[in-house]
Amino acid sequence: MASLITCPHCGQRPKEEFTIKGDAGLTRPAPDADADVWYDYVYLRDNPKGLHKEYWHHSSGCRRWLIVERDTVTHKVHSVADAALAELGGAA
Amino acid sequence: MSSYRLSTGGQIDRARSIKFSFDGKALTGHPGDTLASALLANGIQLVGRSFKYHRPRGILTAGAAEPNALVTTGTGGRTEANTRATMIELHDELNARSQNRWPSLAFDIGAVNGLLSPFLSAGFYYKTFMWPAGFWEKVYEPLIRKAAGLGKASYEADPDSYEKCWAHCDLLVIGAGPAGLAAALTAGRAGARVLLADEGFAFGGSLLTDGDARLSAMLAEFEALPNVQCLPRTTVIGWYDDNVFGAVERVQKHVAEPDPRQPVERLWRIIAKQAILASGAEERPLVFGGNDIPGVMMAGAMRSYLNRQAVAPGKRVAVFTTNNAGYRTAADLEAAGIEVAAIVDPRSEGEPGWNGKAKVLTNSCIVDALGGKAVSGVSIAGASGVQRLEADAVAMSGGWSPVIHLACHRGAKPVWSDTHAAFLAPERQEGLLLAGSAAGLWSIEACLNDGARKAAEALEAIGFAKVEPAFAEGDTAQRAATPFWFAKGSKGKAFVDYQNDVNLKDLGLAVREGYGDVELAKRYTTNGMATDQGKLSNINAIGILAEARGVSPAEVGTTTFRPFYTPVSFGALTGVSRGKHFQPVRKSPLHDWASKNGATFVETGLWYRAAWFPRAGETTWRDSVDREVLNIRQNAGLCDVSTLGKIEIFGKDAATFLDRVYCNGFAKLAVGKARYGIMLREDGMIYDDGTTSRFSDDHFFMTTTTALAAGVLTHLEFCAQTLWPELQVHFASSTDQWAQMAVAGPKSRAILSEIVEEDISDLAFPFMSARTVSLFGGKLEGRLFRISFSGELAYELGVPAGYGEYVADAIMQAGQKHGICAYGAEALGVMRIEKGHVTHAEINGTVTPGDLGCGRMVSATKPDFIGKAMLAREGMQAPDRPRLVGVKPLDPKARFRTGSHILSDGAAATLENDQGYVTSSCFSPNLGHTIGLALIKNGPERIGEKVMIWNGLRNEFTDGVICSPVFIDPENEKLHA
Amino acid sequence: MRYSALSVFLNGLRGNKGWAPAWRQPQPKPHYDVIIVGGGGHGLSTAYYLAKTFGITNVAVLEKGYLGSGNIGRNTTIIRSNYLLPGNNPFYELSMKLWEGLEQDFNFNAMVSQRGVLNLFHSDAQRDAYTRRGNAMRLHGVDAELLDRKAVQAKLPFLDYDNARFPIMGGLLQPRGGTVRHDAVAWGYARGADSRGVDIITHCEVTGIRRENGRVVGVETTKGFIGCGKLALAAAGNSTVVADMAGLRLPIESHVLQAFVSEGLKPFIDCVVTFGAGHFYVSQSDKGGLVFGGDIDGYNSYAQRGNLATVEHVAEAGVAMIPSLTRVRYLRTWGGIMDMSMDGSPIIDRTPIDNLYLNAGWCYGGFKATPASGYCYAHLIARNEPHETATQMRLDRFARGYQMDEKGVGAQPNLH
Repeated sequence: MASLITCPHCGQRPKEEFTIKGDAGLTRPAPDADADVWYDYVYLRDNPKGLHKEYWHHSSGCRRWLIVERDTVTHKVHSVADAALAELGGAA
Repeated sequence: MSSYRLSTGGQIDRARSIKFSFDGKALTGHPGDTLASALLANGIQLVGRSFKYHRPRGILTAGAAEPNALVTTGTGGRTEANTRATMIELHDELNARSQNRWPSLAFDIGAVNGLLSPFLSAGFYYKTFMWPAGFWEKVYEPLIRKAAGLGKASYEADPDSYEKCWAHCDLLVIGAGPAGLAAALTAGRAGARVLLADEGFAFGGSLLTDGDARLSAMLAEFEALPNVQCLPRTTVIGWYDDNVFGAVERVQKHVAEPDPRQPVERLWRIIAKQAILASGAEERPLVFGGNDIPGVMMAGAMRSYLNRQAVAPGKRVAVFTTNNAGYRTAADLEAAGIEVAAIVDPRSEGEPGWNGKAKVLTNSCIVDALGGKAVSGVSIAGASGVQRLEADAVAMSGGWSPVIHLACHRGAKPVWSDTHAAFLAPERQEGLLLAGSAAGLWSIEACLNDGARKAAEALEAIGFAKVEPAFAEGDTAQRAATPFWFAKGSKGKAFVDYQNDVNLKDLGLAVREGYGDVELAKRYTTNGMATDQGKLSNINAIGILAEARGVSPAEVGTTTFRPFYTPVSFGALTGVSRGKHFQPVRKSPLHDWASKNGATFVETGLWYRAAWFPRAGETTWRDSVDREVLNIRQNAGLCDVSTLGKIEIFGKDAATFLDRVYCNGFAKLAVGKARYGIMLREDGMIYDDGTTSRFSDDHFFMTTTTALAAGVLTHLEFCAQTLWPELQVHFASSTDQWAQMAVAGPKSRAILSEIVEEDISDLAFPFMSARTVSLFGGKLEGRLFRISFSGELAYELGVPAGYGEYVADAIMQAGQKHGICAYGAEALGVMRIEKGHVTHAEINGTVTPGDLGCGRMVSATKPDFIGKAMLAREGMQAPDRPRLVGVKPLDPKARFRTGSHILSDGAAATLENDQGYVTSSCFSPNLGHTIGLALIKNGPERIGEKVMIWNGLRNEFTDGVICSPVFIDPENEKLHA
Repeated sequence: MRYSALSVFLNGLRGNKGWAPAWRQPQPKPHYDVIIVGGGGHGLSTAYYLAKTFGITNVAVLEKGYLGSGNIGRNTTIIRSNYLLPGNNPFYELSMKLWEGLEQDFNFNAMVSQRGVLNLFHSDAQRDAYTRRGNAMRLHGVDAELLDRKAVQAKLPFLDYDNARFPIMGGLLQPRGGTVRHDAVAWGYARGADSRGVDIITHCEVTGIRRENGRVVGVETTKGFIGCGKLALAAAGNSTVVADMAGLRLPIESHVLQAFVSEGLKPFIDCVVTFGAGHFYVSQSDKGGLVFGGDIDGYNSYAQRGNLATVEHVAEAGVAMIPSLTRVRYLRTWGGIMDMSMDGSPIIDRTPIDNLYLNAGWCYGGFKATPASGYCYAHLIARNEPHETATQMRLDRFARGYQMDEKGVGAQPNLH
């Protein structure tokens, strides 16, 4: 993994300031979605070898949840965006 | 004892003497010496014994790759095993001992292994020691373990300190040889922020060995460049993602008595925009019989000792070389008046331009060095047969391998170059350039030019305007290298990995047995697994495997270069996080209050919590806890609950949000009310619980358990920011801002009434009320909650942290006449078990609300909340899930413990019969016997059933009965009093 | 060729010229009854037991690297069966029993060393959790002892008892736990499988899974197409990549776990100890290096390398447990890719594709499971039904709500 993450709010910070949750490609299903859709969401993972979007939390910083796009082979970070702003269509 | 100090020359300070000892013998050296050079100067060439055959070994190198000269230094807590004598800067009182020998270095019983060597071939231990089956641990392994290992580590604590720091720079230059110096100068002149690190105590690299006159001017220029930070004695140990480098600075490893105000080692984490790897090249040993006899030395090392420390390796030196390095050594030896017996060169044409005295034997190789504990001569095989020459030292040079370790730390593979007969660094990698010998250039001029040019390139890549290289382009032509993997026809053992005693035959055997892959050969023979990690041995092993397999070295490939470049101490990696400072301490705002009331504290995560408050005459913790519990249930008590997590929740959608993160309803919670909430994970299991109060329409106050205070906040932020960013809701942790105290017991209302202005009667302030109150006649505002963990009439009062101690004192004073006592976490625990309240002992991450008897709390009407969907799965609703009940002993005098398992009465003690386990237990002073909470299959349907409370681990087997988890006041009369 | 003290002696007399290759280097045949993807510990042990116990010898093991280049070649060598849950505990105890007879069984000294595994505890809550665990072990006849602080101090006097931030209260000891020479396990199984006819084909990467009529008919590889009757995945950290070739999405994430070895030392510590107040565990190899590790780095990765911060955390926890470690040196650090499952427990099961079998989700505990994993997987492949100790290691347990979550942290792999 990267040693450094460039937080869109705080700038380049060491990885240890962040905590990782995991796959940001998952979309929480509608409440009435089928059981297998929920199973997919909670338990199955793409786990790609290559580009991967993940939720990272700047827990020792601005406490924003970020979407970090990263390569799981080279560990290179390609982009970092504020998750809420990305979701709402705003600029990160 | 053929090595000695020359009477003149070298870069040592002859005016000063340094006293040190080796194996108890008092010796002297000079500033500028390493331990290795000082030993050689004192005529000591035998410095260690090899790992397996205990062969006598001498100093082979003058650097970090040294496989033989490992010594133990220091005493007591400063004992340090396996230190390379070649890297120890000589200092007063240095106490060095040889290793892996018994009874002495000169006479080592273990050398008998050499005679047994036919039976100790590579991997022999995989083929035997298997019978009888039980003998491995009892007989063979202890013997092997005792014989194996190198130095002995101390069990004494280290008196010295360590630290860590961060650094940011435009350019990190690794290695201060010609290429590194040229790079740093170029970048320094361009105004870049430069870090220049070198593992040695003196900058210069091969300029030092050459005695190059340009060095002093370069070093002087650095003095005038404040933007260049020089880090001597600093080894860059690893290259990590995003161009972050680890480095270890040996701050005080070269002083007799470290200054306690300074660390002995410092770990640097360097964030470099660009880096230049100018780590030079490693000279290769040659593989021939007896190439490990003390007196056989790398040609470059011999030259370094000669020129830097004025140490002569002997009186008559044989040189065995495949390249010009041996000739340079021969020239310098002759210049110092030392006879060179011959230059033995396997190449047909030798090295052009040799005009020294020594004869050159081309098309020849040394097949054996002769001697025991010192070299006495060599056997040379040439076109005309084998001849013997007398010599007391041998210089060898098998060519050069660029030191590319760091460039390979991030997964890229080295590339074989036929021209260099060496592996070069992987093609261009972002942020790192190789310069000088590390890039396969062998001459000083070429290295200076390359370093300067690479620095200019690196800086221009990060936006510097045109940078002028400090050295102009010069002649960089160089001859192609000739690989030479081993001498054929050796009689003696020809070592490839010196320290691990891997010889030519071992590698041949590995190939024959199917372990010819470079990784398998390493693992089977242990070649390259010694403390030098194959710095000297790997390339020869690869060449030998290639020949044996009939393929090119490119096809054999390398094993993986991994951090660290050289070994790194735990101390440097630990820094100041030692002992009591391993983790930070959190203290509640009421810590001092508890302390002055005599609390015994216990570590709870990072917190220190008051566990109980012993009083005079109480001899055990139980005495204190029983007294506290009985007093609270009869009178009142005050407990610090500040460590519980506290989160302020604001926003017009706060109620909607809480409705979605709790499984029970919160949208309709009235202002001024608190409610117990259960929070699930998305998989349907309980994550945490606590009370949340509403202070206004858009302001809630959530409490969490102590353990998950941070986790719950993170979870809420995740939900708010990623799942429902459209909701207007915001959070602020206020755990540290509030001193929170529980006042519990039938007298609690009377006590609190004395300091709270408002009416707190049951009518005005009923159970689950929560509101801001005025204290001490309006001097202070607090938050009062009528909630109870103990099951008593109870309140929690929160005041700003700074007032906590004052308010606690006031409550204690007001409560004195009511018999108030301070109580701790233990009494709190007893009372909650008596009341059947759960903590994380029950909420263990695998229970559902239904398992805890809270199934009805789970909203059936809310369309959505975290965990709702997964809670519906078959296995989450299965009737035989372990569910919460109470257990008690049949005989009130009998005890049982938490962690005991539950078996049906009369059932055999098997895992299949396991019914559950005791999650919490205590002695109930109110009931007079042990009580417990348990998760038992189908528990609530089995109330009254006799069971075995089984603790095989302690041989305690207690007849018990399943009961309700609520042991006290099941009707909640006390609570609502 | 049988290995023994006598064979070592006789070959030694003859200049060690007589040793035969430990295994063949076969080219793939067009078709096998069973193809196992992954020539690491689990794949090789599966092949071994398929041939030896279940009589299925027309088997190929396909390995993209060198033999044993997966996590069998990069772990911290610990074996133990100190599991809590009924779905796990009997399986790991089966593994322990197989370890105990392994070397004589496959005629290769893997240096199974039952030197004891001690888990320290530092709080009442940890002691209670270990009591629960130790009793679960005892109920299954597994050895477990609860040591108090004094007993721990008598056993390991050099831990920090005087100045610790989190004082040691005691420990749970499994005397039969210990260490094994990891590479030798791969080699022993490989040699045993090879001698029974199994083709171990290295440097042969599976690049595709060919299906016809809903069944797997073979695999595309870097050495061409190879047909099979049954396809068994044992690809550890690369499980997702291989399963993806069959259109199967897994409840798995791949994470990097680092491990470390120190310079060689004379005997320093003679059992395996895990710290309870931080991520650190340590044992000492027969060669003298301290072998130690900590937690996973915490992010998805297919790179077999980790980060410096984790290395530092491990050092800090190590020194917190053994203060005198400060002057001991790390020699080498490395990383392996862990197939972290969603509940921390493994999967040995059939899949929705009839003749495709899955062995995955070992998290960072795969090494100790090697014998039982191979045995139970071979049982499943041969008989199409799970072995009695692996009945709960099902792929559909998540969908049905029967997770086996020893740690209780839920569907977040980096917390297991």
